[in-house]
Amino acid sequence: MTDPELAPAPAVSGSVVAFEHVTKGYGNGPPAVTDLSLEIRAGEICVLVGPSGCGKTTTMKMVNRLVEPTSGRVTIDGADVASLPAVDLRRRIGYVIQQVGLFPHLTVAENVAVVPRLLGWGEARITERVEELLELVGLHPGAYRSRYPAALSGGERQRVGVARAMAADPSVLLMDEPFGAVDPIRRERLQNEFLRLQARLRKTIVFVTHDVDEAIKMADRIAILQVGGVLAQYDSPDRLLAAPTSPFVEHFVGADRGLKRLSLARVRDLPLEKPVTVVVGESFAAARQRLPEGTTWALVTDAQQRPLGWIPTNDLAGEGTVDAAMATPGSTLLQPESTLRDALSAMLVSSVQQGVVVDEHDAVLGVISVAAISETLQDGAGSQQP
Amino acid sequence: MDFLAEVAAWFTDPASWSGRDAISARVGEHLALSGFSLLAGLAIALPLGLFIGHTRRWAGAVVGITNVGRAVPSVGILGLALPITLQLGWGIGVPPTLLALTVLAIPPIVLNAYVGIRDVEPELVEAARGVGMRESQVLRRVELPIALPIILAGVRTASIQVIATATLGAILSTGGLGRYIVDGFARQDYPRMFGGALLVMTLALTSEVLFALAQRAAVSPGLRGASVRVPETGAGLAQ
Amino acid sequence: MTEEDPFFRLDWVFHNLDMLAQRTGEHVALTLIGVGFGILIAFPVTLLIHRRRRLIGPVLGLAGILYAIPSLALFGLLIPVTGIGLLTAEIALISYTLLILIRNGLAGLDGVAPEIVEAATGMGHTRIQQLWRVQLPLAVPVIIAGVRIATVTTIGLVAVTALIGQGGLGFVIITIGINRFFPTAILVGVGLSVLLAVLADRGLVLAERALTPWARAGSGEG
Repeated sequence: MTDPELAPAPAVSGSVVAFEHVTKGYGNGPPAVTDLSLEIRAGEICVLVGPSGCGKTTTMKMVNRLVEPTSGRVTIDGADVASLPAVDLRRRIGYVIQQVGLFPHLTVAENVAVVPRLLGWGEARITERVEELLELVGLHPGAYRSRYPAALSGGERQRVGVARAMAADPSVLLMDEPFGAVDPIRRERLQNEFLRLQARLRKTIVFVTHDVDEAIKMADRIAILQVGGVLAQYDSPDRLLAAPTSPFVEHFVGADRGLKRLSLARVRDLPLEKPVTVVVGESFAAARQRLPEGTTWALVTDAQQRPLGWIPTNDLAGEGTVDAAMATPGSTLLQPESTLRDALSAMLVSSVQQGVVVDEHDAVLGVISVAAISETLQDGAGSQQP
Repeated sequence: MDFLAEVAAWFTDPASWSGRDAISARVGEHLALSGFSLLAGLAIALPLGLFIGHTRRWAGAVVGITNVGRAVPSVGILGLALPITLQLGWGIGVPPTLLALTVLAIPPIVLNAYVGIRDVEPELVEAARGVGMRESQVLRRVELPIALPIILAGVRTASIQVIATATLGAILSTGGLGRYIVDGFARQDYPRMFGGALLVMTLALTSEVLFALAQRAAVSPGLRGASVRVPETGAGLAQ
Repeated sequence: MTEEDPFFRLDWVFHNLDMLAQRTGEHVALTLIGVGFGILIAFPVTLLIHRRRRLIGPVLGLAGILYAIPSLALFGLLIPVTGIGLLTAEIALISYTLLILIRNGLAGLDGVAPEIVEAATGMGHTRIQQLWRVQLPLAVPVIIAGVRIATVTTIGLVAVTALIGQGGLGFVIITIGINRFFPTAILVGVGLSVLLAVLADRGLVLAERALTPWARAGSGEG
């Protein structure tokens, strides 16, 4: 999920990875991967997801030739991966597995330095790179450089694993359930940090997971595979949720895909409506004059445009001045970055069925309604770039 | 290959089969020495090992002593048995050798019995107690059958130890096949020496094969499907 | 134990310190040669069977046979071929170390966690690099455990070589102690032998600690 707020997009350092009619069979049994063709664009995260037996890990391993295809080919930037010696190929591709597989007999720094050393880098360059990478994954080099994996927590090991995979600055990263072995809270943190990292580095990442929620969160595009390595659908998360192309996909993404889509869109993606506002200190008469016909509720704001609550227009009859105490506080205020899911959640609790959106100074930007949100869902195109 | 012909000659010579030094006699002596001490060792070591394994008491001491025991040369045990049996008035020759062999047989059997019983999964023992078995029944019906392969491995090690040291018993003027080797060496009668060595080797390897088969047979059919390697815990005392 | 006939003659020990020291030195030398060559042979064999698994059965079987043959019998079989001397003694001693060294070496290599091997391969190590940089270092504890057992066993076996004319503490135990019926010598010989074994064992434990600095790292919160 690329965050459009980060502008301009940093240079892409990834390669194009393509599968061309790749099949993997084992003996007489059914194939693990069947005639798979898909292209992963440079700098994108492609998540391979599916039920167990769908060949997602096998597919990923065909990129660095830990598994060789029975037929078809895998290419990186157009070149067949089989044209290089496997060992050289693997040194150019980052590889992260679920159990991490840190070498217990090497320090953190030595672990990260493994591939650079295999490539024959000079000591000074290695040291510098290790420092850089540890900082990048959020581990203070001074504290972590000389530690052994046994002394690290699960989350720390995961980060070292990512740093190690990126040490030689590969253009392609393979990640097999990399955050699977940590608890959900840590996992979310690691996912967010990784996404931020990716936003900067823009590598091409092949990411395998069995968790469809993780797929939706992490992917630029998702490839859903069925048992036997059959590609069911290959789309952006939003398109996948909005328009599943088969009952299998529909079932796989879950019955709550509507809600899932709401997590993908943000308030700022919707056009905001201008609310009817009255300001504290205004007279009822002046307010009544500005109110359009048929308005039942008005938003009370202070002089700085900060919302204080809602007031029924009937209360504005007769003489009087608008006072803060007359406003019924609405639900939690929304920001442009809030997801539609959070917005809907907030609005459902409010009696007004409207969400007030404020900027960083808490001044009113507009309101959105439940109706507007459900219209977005119906749209089908969604607000995410494909 | 004249030498091998001489060895063959020694084997086929009728003189080799008569008298005190007859092959049959020596083999018999060796088997008797080994057999008796192994049984005696079992009688002492097995109950001890089972007890320690089941109750976990004195385990540290047992393991410690066994480890030290591994470092004591068996000739040393033989040598020390001699003055002891003399003090006790048991005489020289067979008694010190029997004593030494029995002592040597004990550590591997105790160790393996202890480890075998100890390593039975606690859930199984608990389940057995849960259905109302008495402690002795738990031991007999649950722990022992499961630990049997490991215990047999210990007896196997002890057996090799005993056969080897019985061979060395020749230096104490005991009988047995070691006599051929020691006497042959002393008299430079190398065919005799070699023949004796062959006999000892055959005896040792036969013991190995028999015990290996016994171990395999002792693994409960229920466990056989699983990848249970027949364990060989070697106490590895010096031969 | 009567006063006229003491079991243990301490004065004899003091009078013969030189001889005891010399014999102990011989004992150490014989052990070092035996274990040293044992490792030299076991090491490549272990690497070979680690790679070609089908050889494991035959190799361990052969080593097992050598291990089961009593030392005196092995001497008896070797002497007509290799004569009476250091070579015969060492061949026997080396044979006894092979089973345990190879078994432990193999177990050590096989014991490296599969995900570590997978990570090593996936990162682009060649087979040899993987062996030298990852698997062997991690197999050190199990390998050294094997060397410990082999060393202690060998120390005990060296005594028997006295029967074919080699020196070492076996000379003290057998030639002086048993043949001349002198219990003191037996006790001293056995005692020194045990002492050597304990020292060697402890020394190897220290060596293991020195070679595995990562094993002492505490654990994180997991």
